Amino acid sequence: MSDLTSLTITAAREGLAQGSFTATELTQAYIDAIEPAGDLNAYVLTTPEKALEMATASDARIAKGEAGLLEGIPLGIKDMFATEGVRTTAASNIIRNFVPPYESTVTANLWRDGAVLLGKLNQDEFAMGSSNESSAFGPVVNPWRRNGSEQPLVPGGSSGGSAAAVAAHICAGAAGTDTGGSIRQPAAFTGTVGIKPTYGRCSRWGIIAYASSLDQAGPIARSVNDAALLLRSMAGHDPKDSTSANLPVPDYEAAVGASVKGKRIGIPREYRVDGMSGEIAALWDKGADILRDAGAEVVEISLPHTKYALPAYYIVALAEASSNLARYDGVRYGERVPGRDIVELYEKTRAAGFGDEVRRRIMIGTYVLSAGYYDAYYLKAQKVRTLIKRDFENAFADGIDAVLAPATPSAAFGIGEKSGADPVEMYLQDVFTVTLNMAGLPGISVPAGLSSEGLPLGLQLIGKPFAEQELFALGQVIEEAAGRLVVPEKWWL
Amino acid sequence: MSVDQATVRRVAHLSRIAVTEDEVAHLQGELNAILAFVDELGEVDTTGVEPMTSVIPMTLPLRADVVNDGFYPERVLANAPAGEDGFFAVPKVVE
Repeated sequence: MSDLTSLTITAAREGLAQGSFTATELTQAYIDAIEPAGDLNAYVLTTPEKALEMATASDARIAKGEAGLLEGIPLGIKDMFATEGVRTTAASNIIRNFVPPYESTVTANLWRDGAVLLGKLNQDEFAMGSSNESSAFGPVVNPWRRNGSEQPLVPGGSSGGSAAAVAAHICAGAAGTDTGGSIRQPAAFTGTVGIKPTYGRCSRWGIIAYASSLDQAGPIARSVNDAALLLRSMAGHDPKDSTSANLPVPDYEAAVGASVKGKRIGIPREYRVDGMSGEIAALWDKGADILRDAGAEVVEISLPHTKYALPAYYIVALAEASSNLARYDGVRYGERVPGRDIVELYEKTRAAGFGDEVRRRIMIGTYVLSAGYYDAYYLKAQKVRTLIKRDFENAFADGIDAVLAPATPSAAFGIGEKSGADPVEMYLQDVFTVTLNMAGLPGISVPAGLSSEGLPLGLQLIGKPFAEQELFALGQVIEEAAGRLVVPEKWWL
Repeated sequence: MSVDQATVRRVAHLSRIAVTEDEVAHLQGELNAILAFVDELGEVDTTGVEPMTSVIPMTLPLRADVVNDGFYPERVLANAPAGEDGFFAVPKVVE
């Protein structure tokens, strides 16, 4: 029954409902697939015993006719989500042995609906990165390779383990987080579907905080329909997160396959950045053609402040990170390096516990918030943020329903290729994704084709606040026209 | 704007991260690369623009001002590197 891992969540639900196989068999198939996939380094912790216990409980509920939305579906969870009694590290040495006494709301929602926990997935440390190379557990390897090459490629980041595991069929779907593109960029690099919902759609309670005004949880999945199922479970109001939206969660699956006839799709001219590869430009044109063929109207629009989104992001995100990460002080949880006094204890603990990228980001964040610089940096960036959001509001007011853009400026790159002396080179990975986080808008990345070297490329659709249904409808049109992407060879076996 | 080595040391201290002398020069280069990148914002005219406070229009919800959680010090202390008698333990702070 080894082919059970090739099923989408949508197909696995049908199989479970019809009794073609049990949740225990499905879960065992994934446990057997994870074991030989160690070279990918996608998991930082596996929980096979817990998974089988949960699957047994799912089988009992299915037998009683009480199956939930995701009953018996085995998932991987990014290590940013606190899971009760299951080690949660944010891929950082500073909380390498942290075992949360509580469960995040998003994961609690998934278990409420019957999903099964396979384990915790690798990521960039504290979700700070675009290649999964900043993990304390080492880099994740993309299951995709260039044609005729064995060079290890990055899966993107920060939800690199999540995207790699979904693409490699070592989990049926995954929960990730996205602060500047951390769901959509790895989804594009691995031929998977990833959606960052509207800010406030998913509760942030129990998710390790990076930049609180930008962080959102969302799914990574093998199909648009799978992503719709997962988001429906993950989303919802939570009194424990004061920024969580008190709005009903629609049946997103019902939107998949809805007509997009007459929808007005904007192509922002400012996204044609210098140095965009011909391949990405051609993919973008192909996406516009697909939507046009489905009856949508495609028009050029202007989002004039686009080029300032990335620098503004790096001020806002790093300022919030420096504040959020102040809690890792070696006193209440995490690793401690002793010192003569409390200040030396803090300084030694944090020097030993944080990796290079996290340390850099905390220091920049501290600097831009420090006396004399707050107005020049932080306040200025928050004003620019208002302008970025206004650009989108103007486009929507002009009748645009959604915006089409590339998800990334390139296909997946090699491990080590962009980790040179200039950190800004890596930051440019987020050029197309970060604008949405700044504006709080939802965005979905859908695979749309292969590069000349045989690597997946993704397109991104950006919607109005809380209009995720629109994105699922448009994403499905692209998926049907471009076809779902499957890793051609499981070379790690 | 760019930072000198004294500023790197000051920011490291404000961040409560110990840095060695060898690391200071290296960090100075990295921080200046990032600061040069974000300086681009200076081009934007933000006269009369309100700074963003919330991306989604919402009023902050309030709850009743009552104790609704707690009374499990052992769970709170479960991950502490050092704890004693229901408290977090740290080096002596007050002489």
